[in-house]
Amino acid sequence: MHFQLTEEQRALREGTRELLAGRFGRDALRAAVDADTPAVDRGLWRELGEAGLFSLCLPESEGGVGLGLPDAVVVFEEVGRALVPGPLVATFLAAGEVPGAAAGEAVVTTPYGSLLPWRDDANVVRGDASRARPIASADPLTPLHALPGPAPVPLEATLLYAAEQLGSAGRTLDMAVQHAREREQFGSPIGSFQAVKHLCAEMLVRVEVARAAVYAAAVTADPVEVAAAELLADEAAVQGARDCLQVHGGMGFTWEADVHLHLKRAWVRAELGGSARDAEETLAAAL
Amino acid sequence: MDLTYTDEEEGFRARLREWLGGVLPTLPPKPSPDDWPGRRAYDMGWQRRLYDAGYGEVHWDASPTKRLIFLEETEKAGAPYVGANFVGLLHAGPTIAAEGSPGQRDRWLAPILRGDEVWCQGFSEPDAGSDLAALRTKARREGDEYVISGSKIWTSHAEVADWCELLVRTDPSAPKHRGISWLAMPMDAPGITVRPLRTLAGSTEFAEMFLDDVRVPVGNRVGEENDGWRVTMVTLSFERGTAFVGEVVACRRVLGELAAHAKKTGRWDDAVLRRELGLLSAEFGALWRLTQWNVSEAQATGGVPGVGGSVFKLRYSHARQRLYEAAARVLGGAGALDTDQEWTLDRLSSLSYTIAAGTSQIQRNIVAERILGLPRSSKGGR
Ligand SMILES: Cc1cc2nc3c(=O)[nH]c(=O)nc-3n(C[C@H](O)[C@H](O)[C@H](O)COP(=O)(O)OP(=O)(O)OC[C@H]3O[C@@H](n4cnc5c(N)ncnc54)[C@H](O)[C@@H]3O)c2cc1C
Repeated sequence: MHFQLTEEQRALREGTRELLAGRFGRDALRAAVDADTPAVDRGLWRELGEAGLFSLCLPESEGGVGLGLPDAVVVFEEVGRALVPGPLVATFLAAGEVPGAAAGEAVVTTPYGSLLPWRDDANVVRGDASRARPIASADPLTPLHALPGPAPVPLEATLLYAAEQLGSAGRTLDMAVQHAREREQFGSPIGSFQAVKHLCAEMLVRVEVARAAVYAAAVTADPVEVAAAELLADEAAVQGARDCLQVHGGMGFTWEADVHLHLKRAWVRAELGGSARDAEETLAAAL
Repeated sequence: MDLTYTDEEEGFRARLREWLGGVLPTLPPKPSPDDWPGRRAYDMGWQRRLYDAGYGEVHWDASPTKRLIFLEETEKAGAPYVGANFVGLLHAGPTIAAEGSPGQRDRWLAPILRGDEVWCQGFSEPDAGSDLAALRTKARREGDEYVISGSKIWTSHAEVADWCELLVRTDPSAPKHRGISWLAMPMDAPGITVRPLRTLAGSTEFAEMFLDDVRVPVGNRVGEENDGWRVTMVTLSFERGTAFVGEVVACRRVLGELAAHAKKTGRWDDAVLRRELGLLSAEFGALWRLTQWNVSEAQATGGVPGVGGSVFKLRYSHARQRLYEAAARVLGGAGALDTDQEWTLDRLSSLSYTIAAGTSQIQRNIVAERILGLPRSSKGGR
């Protein structure tokens, strides 16, 4: 048993982080937010396709990279950190089935749970979207349609959303810690105050617990472990963003700060990844 | 990322399982909670059986993975808890293994493994708990002996212990972290008075200890004189890092028992309760995975567990309290107030988890300052 990232997985993580920092850094994120209507950045989509993001788990004989679910989870954690917009999970799962998906030529969306994201931007909508009606999405970077009844969420989708949640939780932790070190009040950095320190410590604890759960679920692909990963990653992302907002004070409540973007996306992912109720029932049924 | 075990490790697991299956039905009945001599005999008798069967070395010499398998299998099988051997096996022993001289290792480790000697921990004092380095118990040197006076408190198992890992101040003029030494004190030395304290669970789990010119050979000091704070950090890292590993498995077992009981009594139809048990299952499953993650990391770096133990301890102690809150709901009103029910007693004991081995507030300080690198407060603890 060596339950740690392999050298290759570390390299994959670093590579993905670098690519996203260069191609979808803070300026690109804010430009996307400021655009009148959100749109999938087709250029970025193709670059992600070329980098192998969508074809990561396709066998090499089908033009893929031939890696496994744990590798995909490492990559989607980075995508979640960077807050990349678009139906990445649905497109990833369509690779090899929908022409152009693997290469990043096609944007593919699928309804999961009670939501259908990015319907109007997608080249292909898989699954039944006939009765979807548009809603004014809370997340400025994810256009949404609501469905009358819940659509099934495949195991891999739940896991990949959990990985994105984990990445987002790690990012809001970093943002909170950085702010706590720099911002001064009462003549000291606010990070020297226990009330602030303890918020940050709890954020880290949630990230570490969620990470162990998500990585283990990726290795075992066991439905009960995936349900656990979903619950813990949703908690880490949603509560992490809220605590990060609190650490930022009034600044955290502004449109200018990125905190709300993480919180809103975490809410959307929590829906798309499957309901907490179902996950808890899955776990209870296994007891 | 790999969660499979080698053939050799699986072989170890299979042999252990088979041995446990044979030996557990032959154990004597458990003594009552307040029968301390009985509990000591029971706990140490179990340790002796482990030792005789060749499972003594698993604590200090085997690979961390083997140790993990050992803790997993013994807990799964419902084997006796370490009990009175907790301090010796899980933190004094590992500290001596890591920091002691060859002579000290020879003197103290084997008796712990054989179940011959019980240890207790004399760290806390009435005025030095969270601020442990503020301890005042003095050790004055006379020839090749230390002469010790002062008092300790909350000393678990003091009544039945043979040895105490004791922190004393050997240089009163040095800054508070610099003048401390770590000693092994024999509990039968003249001048030691132990007065049991009653816990909120009604038991006498811990005690006050008064030290009145107690003489301890200088050779019982582990580490250099006045370098005891560093040795203490090693002890605490074992206490927080690895001492609770088996208990996570135990919590998963209890969760299964709660579900079975709820199904039998109809409480399972309560969706809110059922889903809380589901959520707790996610929690303890993840804590087990986190343990495997930490062990793999320790295996790669070797030696003493890092401050990651504080991350684990924080989450685990609160989760364990939630587990017994759920148990109370499974038992229902009257059942939850009946201290003849084991879960009710466990619920009471679980209240100590966020206090003992460093309170949650102290653990959060450690995580924030030593892992996240946030600035220390001008005043206040670690
Ligand atoms: C069941 C049990 C068994 C124990 N067994 C042993 C044993 O065998 N040997 C031994 O040596 N000790 C033992 N202890 C003692 C234990 O380590 C201490 O109780 C613990 O470290 C807290 O110290 P204290 O009791 O002095 O509380 P205090 O330090 O007085 O703390 C009181 C409150 O103040 C808070 N606080 C204190 N300082 C800070 C700070 N800097 N920042 C924020 N909050 C702070 C604490 O979190 C707590 O909420 C045991 C305790 C229990 C409950």
